[in-house]
Amino acid sequence: MNNVIFTNSVRFILLLLLQVLVLNHVLLFGYINPILYILFVFLYPIKKEKGIFLVLSFLLGLSVDIFSNSGGVNAAATLLIAYIRLPLLHLIQNKTEFDYLLFNIKKLNLIQAIVYIFSLTFLHHLVVFLLEFYKTQNVFDISEKVLVTTIFSGILISFSVQLLLKNKQ
Amino acid sequence: MHQIISFFIRYKYFLLFLVLELIAFSFTIQSHSFHRSRFINSSNIITGFIYDKFNLVANHSNVKEHNLQLSEENSKLKNLLTQKNDTANTVKITVLDSLIYKQNFTYINASIKNNEYVKSNNILTINKGEKDSIYKDLGVINSKGVIGIVSNTSSSYATVMSILNENSKINARLKKNHHYGTITWNAKGYKTVQFEDLPRQADIKVGDTIITDGKSTIFPEGILIGTIENFELANNNYQNIEVTLFNDMSAIKHVNIVTNLDKIEIKALENNNE
Repeated sequence: MNNVIFTNSVRFILLLLLQVLVLNHVLLFGYINPILYILFVFLYPIKKEKGIFLVLSFLLGLSVDIFSNSGGVNAAATLLIAYIRLPLLHLIQNKTEFDYLLFNIKKLNLIQAIVYIFSLTFLHHLVVFLLEFYKTQNVFDISEKVLVTTIFSGILISFSVQLLLKNKQ
Repeated sequence: MHQIISFFIRYKYFLLFLVLELIAFSFTIQSHSFHRSRFINSSNIITGFIYDKFNLVANHSNVKEHNLQLSEENSKLKNLLTQKNDTANTVKITVLDSLIYKQNFTYINASIKNNEYVKSNNILTINKGEKDSIYKDLGVINSKGVIGIVSNTSSSYATVMSILNENSKINARLKKNHHYGTITWNAKGYKTVQFEDLPRQADIKVGDTIITDGKSTIFPEGILIGTIENFELANNNYQNIEVTLFNDMSAIKHVNIVTNLDKIEIKALENNNE
């Protein structure tokens, strides 16, 4: 149990620093800013008791916001995908009960995993870009940003999941 | 009573979710207005420190370029100094002082620790704060032009609302005559800003230089902004005047913060009239 707390605290801090110090300065093709810190949401163990998880996701998003001066944009988006995560997994797996303790993304088949990762990433980016740009840009500009960024972040997250979970087995 | 409690227990995660979302949205709305929230910004001591010490990616690549820019500025200023000495010897001091914009400003140097230019509310973090006499609403410039306006301060750091910010409104004018307007930004691209409220009688051409006007107490008169890239004429009015910035906002490092020594006096006078 302590091990779980330790791993997730380290993950929280490392992902936060990686996002604000490195990835926020990376701009692919001039405007794509890949978002990796939501990997935290994908890797956090699934439990019935999800109060702490919601608070942590909110805090992680808020920390990114504090560093990048974006109000509560990332906090709102990260909290949303943290809340949606379990219902979405039920939906994807098409069953209502599963083994919470042993579950990780590796238990899903490839298509399920891709749907899971990309739909949560898409939802997150949609909220972020809508809240950030609703005042100044039109629907097409925003949706282009959301789609292109989702592809890059999704790929980045998928590879990270693959890499991190492989080491543990 | 029992029902209420069981309702709360049953929906506790949903309620937690709702409360936290509401907090996040209120922060977001606050951040979209000019008077930003006091604590959700990177001028605080922790984020300032982390940006300061672990600035991994941002700036090392352009050191040469920045040095060149600084030395260019140095020689320009030295040239000005020699000019001034010459005129002092020939008793023509007043020519320089009153013809070149006569205002009372001091400059404090700082360097940028965090730079944003792809959002709609771009904010820069600089490594000087209240203990270096940096306060809210001071202008920030470099040798190539206007950077932004200080929006929040802590003891050692400050955040600057970039000229690339949808809330940014900077008083500006044409260099060749005194018609003035407002510089705003429509969040499309970090190389251009928009010039608004320019009266019809101002005769503009593509390539005209835009400088600060000096009517506000934030910037001195004559600080460079950019050149007119294109514009449209509709209903006998100028529309969509696009201005290309002299500064490459994606690669700025050393800046000066401008303090107007007469600001309090001017503000007090203006408030008296209201």
